[in-house]
Amino acid sequence: MNEKGLKRNASRRLILRIMTYVLLAIWAVMVLFPFYWMVLSSIKSYASYSSEKIPEFIPREPTLENYSTAFTQVPLSGYFSNTLIFTVVTTALMLIVTVLAAFAFSRLEFKGKNLVFTMFIALMMIPSELVVITNYHTITELGLRNTFTGLILPSVTSVFYIYLLKENFEQIPDELYKAAKVDGTSDFKYLTKVMIPICRPTIITITILKTVECWNSYVWPRLITTKQSHYLVSNGIQELRENGIGRENIPAMMAAVVVISVPLIVLFLIFRKRIMEGVSRGGTKG
Amino acid sequence: MKVNKAWLYLLPAALFLIFFMVYPLLDVLVYSVEEGYNSASQTFMGIGGYNYSYVLHDPYFMQAVSNTFILVIITVPVSTGLALLISMALNSIKKLRELFQTIYFLPYVTNTLAVGLVFMILFKKTAYTDGMVNALISIFGGGAVDFIDGPYWAKMFVLCFYTVWVVLPFKILILTSALASVNQDYYRAAKVDGASGWRVFSRITLPMISPMIFYLIITGFIGAFKAYSDAVALFGTNLNAAGMNTIVGYVYDMIYGDSGGFPSYASAAAIILFVIVLTITVINLLISRKQIHY
Repeated sequence: MNEKGLKRNASRRLILRIMTYVLLAIWAVMVLFPFYWMVLSSIKSYASYSSEKIPEFIPREPTLENYSTAFTQVPLSGYFSNTLIFTVVTTALMLIVTVLAAFAFSRLEFKGKNLVFTMFIALMMIPSELVVITNYHTITELGLRNTFTGLILPSVTSVFYIYLLKENFEQIPDELYKAAKVDGTSDFKYLTKVMIPICRPTIITITILKTVECWNSYVWPRLITTKQSHYLVSNGIQELRENGIGRENIPAMMAAVVVISVPLIVLFLIFRKRIMEGVSRGGTKG
Repeated sequence: MKVNKAWLYLLPAALFLIFFMVYPLLDVLVYSVEEGYNSASQTFMGIGGYNYSYVLHDPYFMQAVSNTFILVIITVPVSTGLALLISMALNSIKKLRELFQTIYFLPYVTNTLAVGLVFMILFKKTAYTDGMVNALISIFGGGAVDFIDGPYWAKMFVLCFYTVWVVLPFKILILTSALASVNQDYYRAAKVDGASGWRVFSRITLPMISPMIFYLIITGFIGAFKAYSDAVALFGTNLNAAGMNTIVGYVYDMIYGDSGGFPSYASAAAIILFVIVLTITVINLLISRKQIHY
Protein backbone atom coordinates (compact mmCIF):
# COMPACT_ATOMS: atom_id res chain seq x y z
CA MET A 1 0.00 0.00 0.00
CA ASN A 2 1.39 3.41 -0.86
CA GLU A 3 1.55 6.32 1.54
CA LYS A 4 -1.53 8.03 0.14
CA GLY A 5 -3.63 4.91 0.61
CA LEU A 6 -2.43 4.53 4.16
CA LYS A 7 -3.34 8.10 4.91
CA ARG A 8 -6.78 7.73 3.42
CA ASN A 9 -7.31 4.60 5.45
CA ALA A 10 -6.27 6.35 8.62
CA SER A 11 -8.60 9.27 8.07
CA ARG A 12 -11.45 6.88 7.27
CA ARG A 13 -10.82 5.12 10.55
CA LEU A 14 -10.81 8.44 12.35
CA ILE A 15 -14.16 9.41 10.85
CA LEU A 16 -15.60 6.04 11.79
CA ARG A 17 -14.31 6.47 15.32
CA ILE A 18 -15.84 9.93 15.61
CA MET A 19 -19.16 8.67 14.27
CA THR A 20 -19.12 5.87 16.81
CA TYR A 21 -18.66 8.28 19.68
CA VAL A 22 -21.33 10.60 18.30
CA LEU A 23 -23.80 7.73 18.10
CA LEU A 24 -23.00 6.60 21.64
CA ALA A 25 -23.24 10.16 22.94
CA ILE A 26 -26.64 10.68 21.29
CA TRP A 27 -28.09 7.62 22.94
CA ALA A 28 -26.53 8.58 26.28
CA VAL A 29 -28.30 11.93 26.04
CA MET A 30 -31.57 10.18 25.18
CA VAL A 31 -31.24 8.03 28.28
CA LEU A 32 -30.17 10.79 30.63
CA PHE A 33 -32.48 13.51 29.37
CA PRO A 34 -35.65 12.31 31.17
CA PHE A 35 -33.69 12.11 34.42
CA TYR A 36 -32.35 15.61 33.90
CA TRP A 37 -35.85 16.79 33.07
CA MET A 38 -37.44 15.38 36.18
CA VAL A 39 -34.85 16.95 38.44
CA LEU A 40 -35.07 20.20 36.51
CA SER A 41 -38.87 20.39 36.67
CA SER A 42 -38.86 19.45 40.33
CA ILE A 43 -36.79 22.48 41.33
CA LYS A 44 -38.81 25.03 39.37
CA SER A 45 -41.47 26.84 41.32
CA TYR A 46 -45.03 26.17 40.27
CA ALA A 47 -45.42 29.77 39.10
CA SER A 48 -42.35 29.78 36.92
CA TYR A 49 -43.07 26.30 35.54
CA SER A 50 -46.49 27.28 34.32
CA SER A 51 -45.36 30.63 32.92
CA GLU A 52 -42.73 29.14 30.64
CA LYS A 53 -44.14 28.79 27.18
CA ILE A 54 -40.86 27.31 26.04
CA PRO A 55 -39.39 25.31 28.94
CA GLU A 56 -36.13 26.65 30.28
CA PHE A 57 -33.16 24.35 30.61
CA ILE A 58 -31.64 26.06 33.60
CA PRO A 59 -34.00 27.19 36.34
CA ARG A 60 -33.66 30.84 37.24
CA GLU A 61 -34.67 30.47 40.88
CA PRO A 62 -34.23 26.88 41.96
CA THR A 63 -36.43 25.91 44.91
CA LEU A 64 -36.92 22.86 47.10
CA GLU A 65 -40.47 23.88 47.93
CA ASN A 66 -41.92 21.17 45.66
CA TYR A 67 -40.30 18.48 47.76
CA SER A 68 -41.98 19.67 50.90
CA THR A 69 -45.27 19.94 48.98
CA ALA A 70 -44.85 16.38 47.75
CA PHE A 71 -44.27 15.11 51.27
CA THR A 72 -46.98 17.14 52.98
CA GLN A 73 -49.86 17.06 50.49
CA VAL A 74 -49.39 13.42 49.57
CA PRO A 75 -48.70 10.56 51.99
CA LEU A 76 -45.46 10.01 50.14
CA SER A 77 -43.54 8.84 53.21
CA GLY A 78 -46.34 6.33 53.79
CA TYR A 79 -46.00 4.98 50.24
CA PHE A 80 -42.31 4.78 50.91
CA SER A 81 -42.47 2.81 54.11
CA ASN A 82 -45.14 0.52 52.62
CA THR A 83 -42.89 -0.23 49.68
CA LEU A 84 -39.95 -0.74 52.00
CA ILE A 85 -41.86 -3.21 54.18
CA PHE A 86 -43.23 -5.00 51.13
CA THR A 87 -39.81 -5.23 49.49
CA VAL A 88 -37.91 -6.36 52.58
CA VAL A 89 -40.42 -8.99 53.71
CA THR A 90 -41.04 -10.37 50.21
CA THR A 91 -37.35 -10.59 49.45
CA ALA A 92 -36.55 -12.21 52.81
CA LEU A 93 -39.29 -14.83 52.39
CA MET A 94 -38.19 -15.45 48.81
CA LEU A 95 -34.63 -16.06 50.02
CA ILE A 96 -35.67 -18.60 52.63
CA VAL A 97 -37.96 -20.48 50.27
CA THR A 98 -35.46 -20.38 47.41
CA VAL A 99 -32.44 -21.48 49.43
CA LEU A 100 -34.30 -24.42 50.97
CA ALA A 101 -35.70 -25.61 47.63
CA ALA A 102 -32.41 -25.16 45.78
CA PHE A 103 -30.68 -27.12 48.54
CA ALA A 104 -33.13 -30.00 48.24
CA PHE A 105 -32.73 -30.14 44.46
CA SER A 106 -28.97 -29.87 44.41
CA ARG A 107 -27.76 -31.77 47.47
CA LEU A 108 -30.39 -34.16 48.78
CA GLU A 109 -31.53 -37.41 47.21
CA PHE A 110 -35.17 -38.33 47.07
CA LYS A 111 -37.59 -40.27 44.92
CA GLY A 112 -39.05 -38.37 42.01
CA LYS A 113 -36.51 -35.56 42.24
CA ASN A 114 -36.18 -35.18 38.49
CA LEU A 115 -39.90 -35.24 37.97
CA VAL A 116 -40.54 -32.59 40.61
CA PHE A 117 -37.74 -30.44 39.26
CA THR A 118 -39.13 -30.67 35.71
CA MET A 119 -42.50 -29.60 37.02
CA PHE A 120 -40.89 -26.60 38.74
CA ILE A 121 -39.13 -25.62 35.52
CA ALA A 122 -42.35 -25.96 33.54
CA LEU A 123 -43.90 -23.36 35.84
CA MET A 124 -41.34 -20.83 34.66
CA MET A 125 -43.23 -20.60 31.40
CA ILE A 126 -46.51 -19.60 33.01
CA PRO A 127 -47.13 -15.89 32.52
CA SER A 128 -48.26 -14.03 35.62
CA GLU A 129 -51.25 -12.63 33.72
CA LEU A 130 -52.83 -16.07 33.75
CA VAL A 131 -52.63 -16.66 37.47
CA VAL A 132 -53.35 -13.15 38.67
CA ILE A 133 -57.10 -13.54 38.10
CA THR A 134 -57.53 -16.37 40.58
CA ASN A 135 -55.02 -14.93 43.00
CA TYR A 136 -57.01 -11.73 43.09
CA HIS A 137 -60.11 -13.76 43.80
CA THR A 138 -58.38 -15.85 46.50
CA ILE A 139 -56.97 -12.84 48.30
CA THR A 140 -60.33 -11.09 48.16
CA GLU A 141 -62.11 -14.18 49.51
CA LEU A 142 -59.66 -14.40 52.39
CA GLY A 143 -60.36 -10.75 53.19
CA LEU A 144 -56.73 -9.88 52.64
CA ARG A 145 -57.17 -6.90 50.37
CA ASN A 146 -55.43 -3.83 51.73
CA THR A 147 -53.15 -5.92 53.92
CA PHE A 148 -49.47 -6.63 53.65
CA THR A 149 -50.15 -10.36 53.77
CA GLY A 150 -52.25 -10.07 50.63
CA LEU A 151 -49.61 -8.00 48.92
CA ILE A 152 -46.70 -10.22 49.86
CA LEU A 153 -47.80 -13.86 49.71
CA PRO A 154 -48.42 -14.21 45.95
CA SER A 155 -45.24 -12.28 45.18
CA VAL A 156 -42.85 -14.53 47.09
CA THR A 157 -41.83 -17.41 44.85
CA SER A 158 -39.77 -17.09 41.73
CA VAL A 159 -38.99 -20.42 40.14
CA PHE A 160 -36.21 -18.87 38.15
CA TYR A 161 -34.21 -17.96 41.26
CA ILE A 162 -34.53 -21.52 42.56
CA TYR A 163 -33.11 -22.70 39.26
CA LEU A 164 -30.27 -20.16 39.35
CA LEU A 165 -29.26 -21.01 42.89
CA LYS A 166 -29.54 -24.76 42.33
CA GLU A 167 -27.09 -24.50 39.43
CA ASN A 168 -24.70 -22.61 41.69
CA PHE A 169 -25.09 -25.02 44.62
CA GLU A 170 -24.27 -27.93 42.33
CA GLN A 171 -20.85 -26.50 41.56
CA ILE A 172 -19.75 -27.11 45.15
CA PRO A 173 -17.64 -30.28 45.14
CA ASP A 174 -19.18 -33.44 46.64
CA GLU A 175 -16.06 -34.01 48.76
CA LEU A 176 -16.98 -31.13 51.03
CA TYR A 177 -20.35 -32.69 51.74
CA LYS A 178 -18.86 -36.11 52.41
CA ALA A 179 -16.22 -34.66 54.70
CA ALA A 180 -18.91 -32.77 56.59
CA LYS A 181 -20.97 -35.96 56.90
CA VAL A 182 -17.97 -37.82 58.34
CA ASP A 183 -17.64 -35.05 60.90
CA GLY A 184 -21.27 -35.55 61.78
CA THR A 185 -22.50 -32.20 60.47
CA SER A 186 -26.23 -32.09 59.89
CA ASP A 187 -27.63 -31.19 56.48
CA PHE A 188 -29.03 -27.93 57.73
CA LYS A 189 -25.78 -26.92 59.33
CA TYR A 190 -23.93 -27.82 56.14
CA LEU A 191 -26.31 -25.59 54.20
CA THR A 192 -25.92 -22.59 56.49
CA LYS A 193 -22.24 -22.96 57.32
CA VAL A 194 -20.82 -24.10 53.98
CA MET A 195 -23.12 -23.72 51.00
CA ILE A 196 -24.59 -20.30 51.69
CA PRO A 197 -21.20 -18.65 52.35
CA ILE A 198 -19.70 -20.20 49.20
CA CYS A 199 -22.60 -19.08 47.03
CA ARG A 200 -22.91 -15.63 48.54
CA PRO A 201 -22.42 -13.78 45.22
CA THR A 202 -25.39 -15.54 43.62
CA ILE A 203 -27.51 -15.00 46.70
CA ILE A 204 -26.70 -11.31 46.69
CA THR A 205 -27.53 -11.13 43.00
CA ILE A 206 -30.98 -12.66 43.39
CA THR A 207 -31.61 -10.47 46.42
CA ILE A 208 -30.92 -7.35 44.41
CA LEU A 209 -32.95 -8.52 41.41
CA LYS A 210 -35.91 -9.29 43.63
CA THR A 211 -35.57 -5.93 45.36
CA VAL A 212 -35.72 -4.12 42.03
CA GLU A 213 -38.71 -6.22 41.01
CA CYS A 214 -40.56 -5.49 44.25
CA TRP A 215 -39.79 -1.78 44.23
CA ASN A 216 -41.18 -1.45 40.71
CA SER A 217 -44.14 -3.79 40.94
CA TYR A 218 -47.35 -2.13 39.92
CA VAL A 219 -50.03 -4.55 38.73
CA TRP A 220 -50.51 -6.61 41.86
CA PRO A 221 -50.43 -3.66 44.30
CA ARG A 222 -52.95 -1.87 42.14
CA LEU A 223 -55.35 -4.80 42.21
CA ILE A 224 -54.98 -5.51 45.89
CA THR A 225 -54.89 -2.04 47.45
CA THR A 226 -57.77 0.37 47.32
CA LYS A 227 -56.78 2.48 50.29
CA GLN A 228 -54.03 5.07 50.25
CA SER A 229 -52.78 3.65 53.54
CA HIS A 230 -51.52 0.57 51.70
CA TYR A 231 -50.38 2.04 48.40
CA LEU A 232 -46.91 1.30 47.19
CA VAL A 233 -44.86 3.90 45.33
CA SER A 234 -45.97 2.76 41.87
CA ASN A 235 -49.69 2.98 42.39
CA GLY A 236 -49.20 5.90 44.74
CA ILE A 237 -47.62 7.91 41.95
CA GLN A 238 -50.35 6.86 39.55
CA GLU A 239 -53.00 7.99 42.00
CA LEU A 240 -51.14 11.25 42.44
CA ARG A 241 -51.19 11.83 38.73
CA GLU A 242 -54.85 11.11 38.22
CA ASN A 243 -56.50 12.44 41.35
CA GLY A 244 -53.85 14.29 43.28
CA ILE A 245 -51.46 17.17 42.87
CA GLY A 246 -50.22 15.83 39.53
CA ARG A 247 -53.33 17.13 37.81
CA GLU A 248 -52.09 20.66 37.97
CA ASN A 249 -48.94 20.89 40.10
CA ILE A 250 -46.49 19.15 37.81
CA PRO A 251 -43.32 20.35 39.58
CA ALA A 252 -44.54 18.77 42.83
CA MET A 253 -45.34 15.54 40.99
CA MET A 254 -41.85 15.55 39.50
CA ALA A 255 -40.42 16.00 42.99
CA ALA A 256 -42.27 12.85 44.01
CA VAL A 257 -40.95 11.07 40.92
CA VAL A 258 -37.38 12.03 41.84
CA VAL A 259 -37.83 10.79 45.40
CA ILE A 260 -39.19 7.47 44.16
CA SER A 261 -36.46 6.96 41.58
CA VAL A 262 -33.46 7.83 43.75
CA PRO A 263 -33.26 4.72 45.99
CA LEU A 264 -32.95 2.29 43.10
CA ILE A 265 -30.48 4.45 41.23
CA VAL A 266 -28.30 4.62 44.34
CA LEU A 267 -28.60 0.85 44.78
CA PHE A 268 -27.61 0.42 41.15
CA LEU A 269 -24.57 2.67 41.40
CA ILE A 270 -23.37 0.75 44.47
CA PHE A 271 -23.92 -2.75 43.09
CA ARG A 272 -23.45 -1.91 39.40
CA LYS A 273 -21.34 -4.95 38.48
CA ARG A 274 -23.47 -7.41 40.46
CA ILE A 275 -26.73 -6.13 39.02
CA MET A 276 -25.57 -6.12 35.42
CA GLU A 277 -24.05 -9.56 35.78
CA GLY A 278 -27.17 -10.90 37.45
CA VAL A 279 -29.48 -9.44 34.83
CA SER A 280 -27.43 -10.81 31.97
CA ARG A 281 -27.77 -14.25 33.57
CA GLY A 282 -31.38 -14.06 34.40
CA GLY A 283 -33.17 -10.82 33.72
CA THR A 284 -36.31 -11.01 31.68
CA LYS A 285 -37.50 -7.46 31.37
CA GLY A 286 -37.59 -6.77 27.67
CA MET B 1 -41.48 -44.86 58.76
CA LYS B 2 -39.02 -42.10 58.15
CA VAL B 3 -40.11 -39.38 55.79
CA ASN B 4 -37.34 -38.15 53.55
CA LYS B 5 -36.15 -34.83 54.89
CA ALA B 6 -35.76 -33.44 51.37
CA TRP B 7 -39.51 -32.95 51.15
CA LEU B 8 -39.36 -30.76 54.21
CA TYR B 9 -36.94 -28.45 52.46
CA LEU B 10 -39.14 -28.38 49.37
CA LEU B 11 -42.35 -27.86 51.26
CA PRO B 12 -42.39 -24.04 51.47
CA ALA B 13 -41.66 -23.58 47.77
CA ALA B 14 -44.14 -26.28 46.82
CA LEU B 15 -46.89 -24.78 48.97
CA PHE B 16 -46.41 -21.32 47.52
CA LEU B 17 -46.33 -22.63 43.97
CA ILE B 18 -49.33 -24.93 44.32
CA PHE B 19 -51.40 -22.26 45.98
CA PHE B 20 -50.46 -19.27 43.84
CA MET B 21 -49.54 -20.84 40.50
CA VAL B 22 -50.78 -24.36 39.86
CA TYR B 23 -54.24 -23.95 41.34
CA PRO B 24 -54.81 -20.54 39.69
CA LEU B 25 -53.72 -21.99 36.38
CA LEU B 26 -56.34 -24.70 36.53
CA ASP B 27 -58.88 -22.32 37.92
CA VAL B 28 -58.43 -19.85 35.08
CA LEU B 29 -59.32 -22.57 32.59
CA VAL B 30 -62.45 -23.35 34.59
CA TYR B 31 -63.39 -19.68 34.83
CA SER B 32 -63.00 -19.19 31.11
CA VAL B 33 -65.67 -21.77 30.26
CA GLU B 34 -68.18 -20.90 32.98
CA GLU B 35 -70.89 -18.89 31.30
CA GLY B 36 -72.68 -16.06 33.04
CA TYR B 37 -70.50 -16.28 36.13
CA ASN B 38 -71.58 -13.99 38.92
CA SER B 39 -68.77 -13.00 41.23
CA ALA B 40 -71.09 -11.97 44.03
CA SER B 41 -73.04 -15.21 44.31
CA GLN B 42 -70.29 -17.34 42.75
CA THR B 43 -72.77 -19.12 40.53
CA PHE B 44 -72.76 -19.72 36.83
CA MET B 45 -75.30 -20.76 34.27
CA GLY B 46 -73.51 -23.23 32.06
CA ILE B 47 -70.36 -24.45 30.43
CA GLY B 48 -69.34 -23.33 26.99
CA GLY B 49 -67.38 -21.00 24.77
CA TYR B 50 -69.53 -17.93 25.29
CA ASN B 51 -66.85 -16.00 27.20
CA TYR B 52 -64.40 -16.43 24.36
CA SER B 53 -66.96 -15.33 21.84
CA TYR B 54 -67.90 -12.33 24.00
CA VAL B 55 -64.28 -11.24 24.29
CA LEU B 56 -63.58 -11.73 20.60
CA HIS B 57 -66.59 -9.62 19.71
CA ASP B 58 -65.78 -6.88 22.19
CA PRO B 59 -64.56 -3.81 20.28
CA TYR B 60 -62.38 -2.85 23.26
CA PHE B 61 -60.64 -6.21 23.07
CA MET B 62 -60.10 -5.96 19.33
CA GLN B 63 -58.72 -2.46 19.83
CA ALA B 64 -56.38 -3.82 22.49
CA VAL B 65 -55.28 -6.66 20.21
CA SER B 66 -54.56 -4.31 17.34
CA ASN B 67 -52.67 -1.86 19.61
CA THR B 68 -50.60 -4.70 21.03
CA PHE B 69 -49.74 -6.11 17.60
CA ILE B 70 -48.71 -2.69 16.27
CA LEU B 71 -46.57 -2.17 19.36
CA VAL B 72 -44.93 -5.58 18.95
CA ILE B 73 -44.29 -5.23 15.22
CA ILE B 74 -42.67 -1.84 15.65
CA THR B 75 -40.74 -2.15 18.91
CA VAL B 76 -39.23 -5.63 18.59
CA PRO B 77 -37.29 -5.00 15.34
CA VAL B 78 -36.45 -1.39 16.22
CA SER B 79 -35.17 -2.17 19.69
CA THR B 80 -33.22 -5.24 18.59
CA GLY B 81 -31.62 -3.39 15.68
CA LEU B 82 -30.81 -0.35 17.77
CA ALA B 83 -29.37 -2.52 20.52
CA LEU B 84 -27.16 -4.30 17.99
CA LEU B 85 -25.91 -1.01 16.58
CA ILE B 86 -25.18 0.44 20.01
CA SER B 87 -23.52 -2.74 21.28
CA MET B 88 -21.25 -2.89 18.26
CA ALA B 89 -20.31 0.73 18.76
CA LEU B 90 -19.67 0.01 22.45
CA ASN B 91 -17.51 -2.96 21.59
CA SER B 92 -15.34 -0.99 19.21
CA ILE B 93 -14.24 1.59 21.77
CA LYS B 94 -12.17 1.42 24.93
CA LYS B 95 -12.33 4.91 26.37
CA LEU B 96 -15.53 5.81 28.24
CA ARG B 97 -16.93 2.35 27.59
CA GLU B 98 -17.82 1.63 31.20
CA LEU B 99 -19.39 5.04 31.59
CA PHE B 100 -21.60 4.51 28.55
CA GLN B 101 -22.54 1.02 29.70
CA THR B 102 -23.55 2.34 33.10
CA ILE B 103 -25.65 5.13 31.60
CA TYR B 104 -27.36 2.81 29.13
CA PHE B 105 -28.39 0.47 31.90
CA LEU B 106 -30.13 3.11 34.01
CA PRO B 107 -33.65 2.68 32.58
CA TYR B 108 -33.64 -0.93 33.74
CA VAL B 109 -33.54 0.04 37.41
CA THR B 110 -36.02 2.86 37.26
CA ASN B 111 -39.66 2.66 38.12
CA THR B 112 -41.60 2.36 34.85
CA LEU B 113 -44.55 4.30 36.22
CA ALA B 114 -42.47 7.15 37.61
CA VAL B 115 -40.27 7.73 34.58
CA GLY B 116 -43.27 7.28 32.30
CA LEU B 117 -44.69 10.41 33.91
CA VAL B 118 -41.59 12.32 32.83
CA PHE B 119 -42.14 11.14 29.26
CA MET B 120 -45.74 12.22 29.54
CA ILE B 121 -44.64 15.71 30.63
CA LEU B 122 -42.09 15.92 27.82
CA PHE B 123 -44.65 15.05 25.16
CA LYS B 124 -47.79 16.59 26.60
CA LYS B 125 -49.40 19.75 25.30
CA THR B 126 -51.13 21.81 27.96
CA ALA B 127 -52.90 25.12 28.15
CA TYR B 128 -49.76 27.04 29.03
CA THR B 129 -47.05 25.15 27.18
CA ASP B 130 -46.69 22.94 24.13
CA GLY B 131 -44.13 20.86 25.97
CA MET B 132 -40.50 20.13 25.42
CA VAL B 133 -40.84 17.86 22.40
CA ASN B 134 -43.15 20.24 20.60
CA ALA B 135 -40.71 23.06 21.27
CA LEU B 136 -38.09 20.91 19.53
CA ILE B 137 -40.43 20.19 16.63
CA SER B 138 -41.17 23.86 16.16
CA ILE B 139 -37.44 24.60 15.78
CA PHE B 140 -37.58 22.43 12.69
CA GLY B 141 -40.68 24.24 11.56
CA GLY B 142 -43.28 21.63 12.49
CA GLY B 143 -46.64 22.30 14.11
CA ALA B 144 -47.43 21.27 17.67
CA VAL B 145 -48.96 17.85 18.15
CA ASP B 146 -50.61 16.60 21.32
CA PHE B 147 -48.87 13.29 21.80
CA ILE B 148 -50.81 12.30 24.90
CA ASP B 149 -54.41 13.25 24.13
CA GLY B 150 -54.12 13.79 20.41
CA PRO B 151 -54.21 11.70 17.23
CA TYR B 152 -53.82 7.94 17.42
CA TRP B 153 -50.47 7.68 15.67
CA ALA B 154 -48.94 10.39 17.83
CA LYS B 155 -49.95 8.41 20.91
CA MET B 156 -48.71 5.18 19.39
CA PHE B 157 -45.41 6.85 18.59
CA VAL B 158 -44.88 7.89 22.22
CA LEU B 159 -45.82 4.43 23.46
CA CYS B 160 -43.37 2.77 21.06
CA PHE B 161 -40.67 5.28 21.88
CA TYR B 162 -41.04 4.76 25.61
CA THR B 163 -41.18 0.98 25.21
CA VAL B 164 -37.94 0.98 23.22
CA TRP B 165 -36.35 3.23 25.85
CA VAL B 166 -37.38 0.81 28.58
CA VAL B 167 -36.34 -2.44 26.89
CA LEU B 168 -33.02 -1.35 25.40
CA PRO B 169 -30.84 -1.71 28.54
CA PHE B 170 -31.47 -5.44 28.72
CA LYS B 171 -30.80 -5.97 25.02
CA ILE B 172 -27.66 -3.85 24.98
CA LEU B 173 -26.34 -5.73 28.00
CA ILE B 174 -26.93 -9.14 26.44
CA LEU B 175 -25.53 -8.22 23.03
CA THR B 176 -22.45 -6.46 24.40
CA SER B 177 -21.45 -9.53 26.35
CA ALA B 178 -22.25 -11.77 23.37
CA LEU B 179 -20.06 -9.62 21.10
CA ALA B 180 -17.25 -9.58 23.63
CA SER B 181 -17.23 -13.37 23.79
CA VAL B 182 -16.68 -13.90 20.06
CA ASN B 183 -13.25 -15.46 19.58
CA GLN B 184 -10.90 -12.72 18.38
CA ASP B 185 -8.96 -15.20 16.19
CA TYR B 186 -11.74 -15.08 13.61
CA TYR B 187 -11.33 -11.34 13.25
CA ARG B 188 -7.57 -11.64 12.97
CA ALA B 189 -7.93 -14.29 10.27
CA ALA B 190 -10.41 -12.10 8.39
CA LYS B 191 -8.00 -9.18 8.59
CA VAL B 192 -5.21 -11.29 7.12
CA ASP B 193 -7.55 -12.27 4.29
CA GLY B 194 -8.44 -8.61 3.77
CA ALA B 195 -12.17 -9.13 4.20
CA SER B 196 -14.34 -6.01 4.02
CA GLY B 197 -16.13 -4.62 7.06
CA TRP B 198 -19.56 -5.72 5.89
CA ARG B 199 -18.29 -9.19 5.07
CA VAL B 200 -16.76 -9.55 8.53
CA PHE B 201 -20.05 -8.46 10.06
CA SER B 202 -22.30 -10.73 8.00
CA ARG B 203 -20.03 -13.77 7.93
CA ILE B 204 -18.47 -13.71 11.40
CA THR B 205 -20.15 -11.37 13.87
CA LEU B 206 -23.77 -12.06 12.99
CA PRO B 207 -23.52 -15.87 12.86
CA MET B 208 -21.54 -15.98 16.09
CA ILE B 209 -24.06 -13.96 18.07
CA SER B 210 -27.16 -15.27 16.30
CA PRO B 211 -28.26 -17.46 19.26
CA MET B 212 -28.33 -14.37 21.49
CA ILE B 213 -30.17 -12.32 18.88
CA PHE B 214 -32.83 -14.98 18.63
CA TYR B 215 -33.04 -15.16 22.39
CA LEU B 216 -33.64 -11.42 22.44
CA ILE B 217 -36.23 -11.60 19.69
CA ILE B 218 -38.15 -14.31 21.51
CA THR B 219 -38.07 -12.59 24.90
CA GLY B 220 -38.77 -9.30 23.11
CA PHE B 221 -41.93 -10.69 21.55
CA ILE B 222 -43.10 -12.13 24.85
CA GLY B 223 -42.36 -8.91 26.71
CA ALA B 224 -43.98 -6.64 24.13
CA PHE B 225 -47.13 -8.75 24.02
CA LYS B 226 -47.45 -8.20 27.76
CA ALA B 227 -47.09 -4.42 27.53
CA TYR B 228 -49.20 -2.61 30.06
CA SER B 229 -47.54 -0.43 32.70
CA ASP B 230 -45.80 1.71 30.07
CA ALA B 231 -49.16 2.58 28.58
CA VAL B 232 -50.64 3.33 32.02
CA ALA B 233 -47.74 5.62 32.84
CA LEU B 234 -48.28 7.62 29.67
CA PHE B 235 -52.04 7.65 29.26
CA GLY B 236 -53.45 6.94 32.72
CA THR B 237 -55.41 3.96 34.02
CA ASN B 238 -58.40 4.44 31.78
CA LEU B 239 -56.73 3.08 28.69
CA ASN B 240 -59.97 2.26 26.90
CA ALA B 241 -60.94 5.92 26.94
CA ALA B 242 -57.54 6.85 25.52
CA GLY B 243 -57.92 4.14 22.88
CA MET B 244 -54.51 2.82 23.87
CA ASN B 245 -55.42 -0.31 25.79
CA THR B 246 -53.31 -3.46 25.49
CA ILE B 247 -54.37 -7.09 25.85
CA VAL B 248 -52.97 -7.30 29.35
CA GLY B 249 -54.66 -4.02 30.18
CA TYR B 250 -57.95 -5.48 28.98
CA VAL B 251 -57.47 -8.50 31.26
CA TYR B 252 -56.83 -6.28 34.28
CA ASP B 253 -59.72 -3.99 33.47
CA MET B 254 -61.96 -7.04 33.40
CA ILE B 255 -60.78 -8.22 36.80
CA TYR B 256 -61.02 -4.88 38.42
CA GLY B 257 -61.31 -1.30 37.38
CA ASP B 258 -63.84 0.68 35.46
CA SER B 259 -65.43 -2.23 33.61
CA GLY B 260 -64.41 -4.74 36.29
CA GLY B 261 -65.81 -7.74 38.03
CA PHE B 262 -65.86 -10.21 35.16
CA PRO B 263 -63.30 -12.90 35.94
CA SER B 264 -64.67 -15.14 33.19
CA TYR B 265 -64.03 -12.59 30.46
CA ALA B 266 -60.65 -11.79 31.99
CA SER B 267 -59.74 -15.48 31.97
CA ALA B 268 -60.83 -15.97 28.37
CA ALA B 269 -58.80 -12.92 27.30
CA ALA B 270 -55.76 -14.07 29.26
CA ILE B 271 -55.92 -17.50 27.67
CA ILE B 272 -56.24 -15.98 24.20
CA LEU B 273 -53.15 -13.90 24.97
CA PHE B 274 -51.30 -16.99 26.17
CA VAL B 275 -52.19 -18.86 22.97
CA ILE B 276 -50.99 -15.95 20.79
CA VAL B 277 -47.69 -15.71 22.67
CA LEU B 278 -47.18 -19.47 22.62
CA THR B 279 -47.85 -19.67 18.87
CA ILE B 280 -45.42 -16.89 18.09
CA THR B 281 -42.75 -18.35 20.36
CA VAL B 282 -43.08 -21.74 18.67
CA ILE B 283 -42.82 -20.13 15.23
CA ASN B 284 -39.74 -18.23 16.40
CA LEU B 285 -38.17 -21.40 17.71
CA LEU B 286 -38.85 -23.24 14.46
CA ILE B 287 -37.27 -20.45 12.41
CA SER B 288 -34.32 -20.19 14.74
CA ARG B 289 -33.64 -23.90 14.53
CA LYS B 290 -33.13 -23.49 10.79
CA GLN B 291 -31.15 -20.27 10.98
CA ILE B 292 -29.03 -20.31 14.06
CA HIS B 293 -25.41 -21.21 13.76
CA TYR B 294 -24.18 -22.78 16.99
